[in-house]
Amino acid sequence: MLGSRNPYGRALVHVVVTVALLVVIAPFIWMVLGSFKGEGEIRRVPPTWWPEAASLDNYTQLFARLDFGTYFTNSVIVALVVTAGNLLFCSMLGYALALLRFPGKRALLAVVLGTLMIPGVVTFVPLFVIVANAGLIDSLPGLFLPFLVTPFGVFLMRQFISGLPPDLLDAGRVDGAGELGIFARIILPLCGPALATLGILTFLGSWNNFLWPLVVAQTESHYTLPVALALYSTGQNNTQYGLLLAGACVVVLPLLVVFLIFQRHFVEGIATTGIK
Amino acid sequence: MSTPTLAAPVGQRPTLSPEVRARSGRGHPGEGRAAWILAIPFTVLFAAFTVWPVVQSLFMSFTDTRQRDLRTPFSVNFIGVDNYVRALTDPVFVKAAANTAYFVLVGVPLTLAVALLAAVALDKGITRLRSVYRLGFYTPVITSIVAVAVVWRFILQPESGLLNTVLGWFGVQGPNWLGDPAWSMPSLIMMAVWRNFGTGMIIFLAGLQSVPYSLQEAAAIDGANGWQRFWNITFPLLRPTLLFVSVTTAVGYLQFFEEPFVMTSGGPLNSTISLSMYTYNQFGYGNYGLAAAMSYLIFVVIAVVTALQFRLLRENT
Repeated sequence: MLGSRNPYGRALVHVVVTVALLVVIAPFIWMVLGSFKGEGEIRRVPPTWWPEAASLDNYTQLFARLDFGTYFTNSVIVALVVTAGNLLFCSMLGYALALLRFPGKRALLAVVLGTLMIPGVVTFVPLFVIVANAGLIDSLPGLFLPFLVTPFGVFLMRQFISGLPPDLLDAGRVDGAGELGIFARIILPLCGPALATLGILTFLGSWNNFLWPLVVAQTESHYTLPVALALYSTGQNNTQYGLLLAGACVVVLPLLVVFLIFQRHFVEGIATTGIK
Repeated sequence: MSTPTLAAPVGQRPTLSPEVRARSGRGHPGEGRAAWILAIPFTVLFAAFTVWPVVQSLFMSFTDTRQRDLRTPFSVNFIGVDNYVRALTDPVFVKAAANTAYFVLVGVPLTLAVALLAAVALDKGITRLRSVYRLGFYTPVITSIVAVAVVWRFILQPESGLLNTVLGWFGVQGPNWLGDPAWSMPSLIMMAVWRNFGTGMIIFLAGLQSVPYSLQEAAAIDGANGWQRFWNITFPLLRPTLLFVSVTTAVGYLQFFEEPFVMTSGGPLNSTISLSMYTYNQFGYGNYGLAAAMSYLIFVVIAVVTALQFRLLRENT
């Protein structure tokens, strides 16, 4: 008896939402279609929608003439290392803060929560100085080291582990598990959903991270995909639109696949934390 | 925290040692030690790459640190609040502050409205394929800004762009979106709404689904129509969610940087330069002390705006 009882009203909502959806994803469709077009067709006025002579030339050029294979590998390495670091270190501290008693716990928790709101721009300059003094400018460790842990990760893991029954600890102790064994063999296996959420959000953030790698990666062999695409789109290739659109596809599409696979965890994670 | 135990063998402050033992003694044997073993990796990395930079940034903001001082950190001079004064009296910084305010004041309500509209439409109107719609609306959020910029620069081109072509079908002559100082900021706001409403939509959807069905039903029996039910039941219950989304969106928009950086470089005529971007430019010129001061000013604004929003939206519940 609730909602729109009028069948026409319901159909209208469907039409409006579908049109809105098409408008929202139109840029992506246009990007993918454009990546198969030749230079001449892309510049035509008025623009064409469907490619007239579809070819993979743009992609061949990206990987053969430009070095997108290397940038892709760099992006994957950095994102995987950052994700692994966050999953391991944040769940370790999250567990300690949620269920264990230890001296200094309250102070540590206060510092972690207190830094949640600090904007990245505040740490940017000194972080660059630290990384430069450590000689890590233009290296892969320079790209991933500053992001191995985040207060947000600890916050998320602590919230989740606080919801687990504390009896688990006593059960583990009775069974003779060591304190660290309880974490590794009892707690961690139960953290699947939280780890999935944190892992996906972290991977996403690292893959799309732009400003830090732009400043730190100074030679081509250390570029990540967004850096390479940004520099090509403002550099000497900035008029090769087909190439740029294909590059954009290489940046976006792998992430879209990851997103499709882990959709459910994404939605849960965002609904509970609000961080994208 | 470890100083008392370290100091104890030398005989200094031995009285603190039992206290520490007592505090950890409440737990099981080995619990405190295990906790610190688990905490050490995070704490070390966090201290090095977050806490220390936050402190150093504050210190730097009161000095004349420049790029060339990187190798000779002791040659910098303490100059008090000069950097803060210089920032606040810099006309470009003031312009950047005005642009950021424009972006936040127009962008946040617009993003929230579109997100809420999409969430309500999906919640009430769409039953089949809801996850497909949700996925589609969320896609812009997970997309790299650099890729977005490449595509949108095409779409917004004055002559051959997709947007002006579509507008042309309806007899509308579209403007030079990114080239006209009057339209550059609205273009970036339009892009930001497109890119960000998906996050709010998903949080609103979760909020809408937690509104009890029985309340809606009771109101319907009392003769309330759909609009009245939304306004008097759903909307008030959604207030905490609304607060949450508006705070996170505002905090993000106050730091907006990437859109102008990749789309307009702050132009034309500084019409899209933002606080974060101008701060980054100062870093690029090597004015590290000034950049640190500007970053702390942004931090203060974010803290104040967040506190204000909490007051505003809490008071009315």
